Amino acid sequence: MDRSIADIELSLLLESIYLTYHYDFRRYSAASLKRRVMAAIVHFKCETISRLQERVLHEPQVFAELLRFLTVQMSDMFRDPTYYRALRETVVPYLKTYASLKIWVAGCSLGEEAYSLAIMLFEEGLLERTLIYATDINPESLRLAQEGVYETERFTRFSESYRLAGGRASLGDYYSAAYGGAVLDRRLKKAIVFSDHSLATDSVFAEMQLVSCRNVLIYFEKGLQERALSLLSDSLCRKGFLGLGLKETLRFSQHATAFTELVPDARIYQKI
Amino acid sequence: MSHIEAIVIGGSAGALDALLAILPELPDQLSCPIVIVLHLPPAQPSLVPAILSRACARAVHEAVDKAPLRDRSIYVAAPNYHLLIERNRSLSLSIDEPVQYSRPAIDVLFESAADAYGPSVAGLVLSGANHDGAEGLCQISQAGGVAIVQAPATASSPMMPEAALRHVGPSAHVVPLGDLGAFLARLVCPETFGGLSW
Repeated sequence: MDRSIADIELSLLLESIYLTYHYDFRRYSAASLKRRVMAAIVHFKCETISRLQERVLHEPQVFAELLRFLTVQMSDMFRDPTYYRALRETVVPYLKTYASLKIWVAGCSLGEEAYSLAIMLFEEGLLERTLIYATDINPESLRLAQEGVYETERFTRFSESYRLAGGRASLGDYYSAAYGGAVLDRRLKKAIVFSDHSLATDSVFAEMQLVSCRNVLIYFEKGLQERALSLLSDSLCRKGFLGLGLKETLRFSQHATAFTELVPDARIYQKI
Repeated sequence: MSHIEAIVIGGSAGALDALLAILPELPDQLSCPIVIVLHLPPAQPSLVPAILSRACARAVHEAVDKAPLRDRSIYVAAPNYHLLIERNRSLSLSIDEPVQYSRPAIDVLFESAADAYGPSVAGLVLSGANHDGAEGLCQISQAGGVAIVQAPATASSPMMPEAALRHVGPSAHVVPLGDLGAFLARLVCPETFGGLSW
């Protein structure tokens, strides 16, 4: 396919999606977005991005399905155990000084990270006074996250990460077999509100003590990343905590000066 | 002046040793950024940047998101993340599905480099035991860039260079391991080292 024509088609597709469905992918990192759109045109058996655009405009269910390609649904419970260990050892002692806690998992995808935080907070005696907001732009992801059912095979890896993250019990204490998978405990679900929110188009909705936004900003180009970081920063109380993915950094952002690096290796920042 | 603005390198089994042979051979005049994907077990942290750093005089970084590419620097993909180059000459990461069972995948880096640089990039496929990199090198070649393959006979695992050769066809430069440093020097700095004729 001709490179420059594909570029034009891609920007028209993103514009169409924005005008029709109000999802804004126009400032996503182009390189990986292009790969995902190319995978989508194969899936939908479209020869060009323009043909996919026509279907997206006229068939809402095609857009619902396309969202699965445009948003990334890859996570694990206790992914990067060093991050959770650092939260437990360094951030939790601060969190214990608050009478009530609000925590935001921004870009929660299928919910693995929100449940991981809930388990950690439960073990630290904090879950009773915590409300976790877990947000995403993909309604299908939110529905699945709310169900909290994962394939049983994944729990071998989850359990190992849980242990490395400093888990105090056995991960098996927090789920039971159901529907050919494993369903997470109601006590955890009660503490989590799953809801629709876009870092690209929505604004602050509550004041948080901890915001965890991991491997989400990597999908945004610089300008959108700055917008999202403003939003995350404005959502934090003074001395609140921000957790990013292990290969994400505030170093190249204008928000770097608003934070201190609390645990640099785990990418945990504290708002000044 | 050379038209090559960046070199992208991919490899798997045997590629770390190949890099340890090539990187010290690169002259100071070769100043463009070098971006590397090696298949690695997803352990944290990777030791590769430290190992390469000891072997050459260049700054070697593990890739972080949004880092601008700088001259005289080497960037190595972090375990468990795809590494891509954006058109504004900065790095970006993704945790999209593994490609060819690998994350990072060489194809992902090479395809993004072809898109970002067009004819101004050189891609090099080193030793390895699968087919990753073949499709990406093909795209670099089709965009007018330079496709280079370590001569399979000089690779400890020839499968990856052989697959790349089959895919790219006769436009690929097949270079023995011992000549790769000098080849890259002549490619990127033709005035200083005498250009290549092809």
